[in-house]
Amino acid sequence: MSAPPESAVSTTDLKKTYPAAGPRPAVHAVRGIDLDVPKGEFFGLLGPNGAGKSTTIGMLTTLVVPTGGSARVCGLDVVRQPVEIKRRIGVVSQNNTLDSDLTAGENLEFRGRFFGLGARDARRRADELMELFGLTEQRGGNPFEISGGQAKRFMICRALMHGPEVLFLDEPTAGLDPQTRTNLWEVLRGLQESGQTIVLTTHYMEEAEALCEKVAVVDHGKILASGTVDELKGAAGADTVITVTYDAPPPREIKALADRDGISKVEIHDGQVRVFAAEAEGILGELVAVGAAAGVGVTDATQLRPSLETVFLTITGRDYRE
Amino acid sequence: MSSQVLPPPPPARATVPRTFAAMMAREARVMRKNFLSTFLRVLVQPVMFVFVFAYVLPKLGGGAMAGGPGGPTFSTILLPGLVGSSIIMQAMMAVIFPLMMELNWQKSITDRALAPVPVPLLAVQKIIAAALQGLIGGLLVFPAVLFIHADGQAPSVHVGNWPVLIVVMVAGSLLSAAGGLLLGTLLNPQKVQMLFALVLLPMTMLGCVYYPWSALADIRWLQILSLVNPLVYVSEGLRTALTPGIDHMPVWAFLLAIVGGTVVLSWAATRTFTKRVLT
Repeated sequence: MSAPPESAVSTTDLKKTYPAAGPRPAVHAVRGIDLDVPKGEFFGLLGPNGAGKSTTIGMLTTLVVPTGGSARVCGLDVVRQPVEIKRRIGVVSQNNTLDSDLTAGENLEFRGRFFGLGARDARRRADELMELFGLTEQRGGNPFEISGGQAKRFMICRALMHGPEVLFLDEPTAGLDPQTRTNLWEVLRGLQESGQTIVLTTHYMEEAEALCEKVAVVDHGKILASGTVDELKGAAGADTVITVTYDAPPPREIKALADRDGISKVEIHDGQVRVFAAEAEGILGELVAVGAAAGVGVTDATQLRPSLETVFLTITGRDYRE
Repeated sequence: MSSQVLPPPPPARATVPRTFAAMMAREARVMRKNFLSTFLRVLVQPVMFVFVFAYVLPKLGGGAMAGGPGGPTFSTILLPGLVGSSIIMQAMMAVIFPLMMELNWQKSITDRALAPVPVPLLAVQKIIAAALQGLIGGLLVFPAVLFIHADGQAPSVHVGNWPVLIVVMVAGSLLSAAGGLLLGTLLNPQKVQMLFALVLLPMTMLGCVYYPWSALADIRWLQILSLVNPLVYVSEGLRTALTPGIDHMPVWAFLLAIVGGTVVLSWAATRTFTKRVLT
């Protein structure tokens, strides 16, 4: 029997409150988060903007000081052992933070030297990674004159220079075009296959679904649900969500749908009806027909297949992009 | 990428001194790359200055700007002052401009802070790197002032006191860099423009660059007010070391101000920097 996997990241009731400043009240960015990411896992923190994901990553990478709870990365305490942690992690931030006084290639080289590689080893490692990531041609470029996707790949290479135990990526594909995003996903999958532990934040549902073995859904600084994507879907009922907006108060008969087999819940807010169903076939048509019979028109209708988006909707009762 | 395996990194030995040395190597690389532009930027102001005051005006008016017949030439007065103001300007700019970018645009400071050293040491590294540039800026000014002058207007310079010269040049550079780091962490980018107009320009004009501090005895209020200006101490220190024939402030006074100021400003700047980086 194999030993239980060691934790790459573990947090207990981790909190961050930014104190009030002038007219701005105190901000409770993270309100008690428990995480346990074993070595080798591809873990995702999923949530809308402002959910507290970046603050959490900031605390795990030692640059944001927690105001409560505790966090360990590679078994080390983020408050007491920040330098030791920094030696063991690689971080890819959301912005282009490449050093604009150096070429893209020199960025990698010096990063290696900062982390203790000799000058020659650092150059060789940089060459190796640039080759692997298809960046050799851009090595002499100014980091702000290459494309956004190339800059992001350079940042990933830079974070990998010293072979980090954990790679943190904060919104890695935000602002990239779809093609570049898909390419970057390939890169990240390749890293995972190499055994790299990865912690990623994203506000793209499809990104978490496409990449992560385990996902924690975060909103308002708390974890709402966590598990594999399939577990999350199961826990939330794995429902298809049908939403219909009427141009007048919806007919009464709709409430009765909730008693039918295959339908787990019906919610009515003002003119909007939301049906959570395991068996979705025919329901949308029925909602339109019931409306028409009562003289009520339909102005909008959507049907979402089970996905992290429906999970979010089920847990929070709110649209993801509200 | 997906078909290939990520190669393991070569063995690394990341100790704090090695990381610090690598960060300084990065500064050296950037300085080497920018040397020509830095060289030109540093030299234009002092060259223009000595050209007009030590060459053009003496030719025009028979030494209207000099200290009078038999007195020291104006370039003798100017040399220590221009070296001092170059040190201060270069060291402050070397820390403020990159810092403004790192703290605001793209927030790249979050990345610099991931280097495996304690964050306060990152502040110390910035101070030392900028001080080095201030020192180079100061040294570059010497030949300009020594060689550009009209006949009979040569500066009368000899190093009377090497230890004082070295301490003033080095500590003066550190003082300016620490002051730059403090201002850079306290000010937002909009206010940096103001910094040049309201702080650096008056500081240079009134920094005993163009006259020795003792000559201000006739304007007593200005003489006392000047004592808040760090450039005054650097100029006077350099005057003591380079042109001992000109009246200067007592050695203990400028050494206390420069060395004491360096300690206090470095401590304060390291604190404000750490607060900006660790949120």
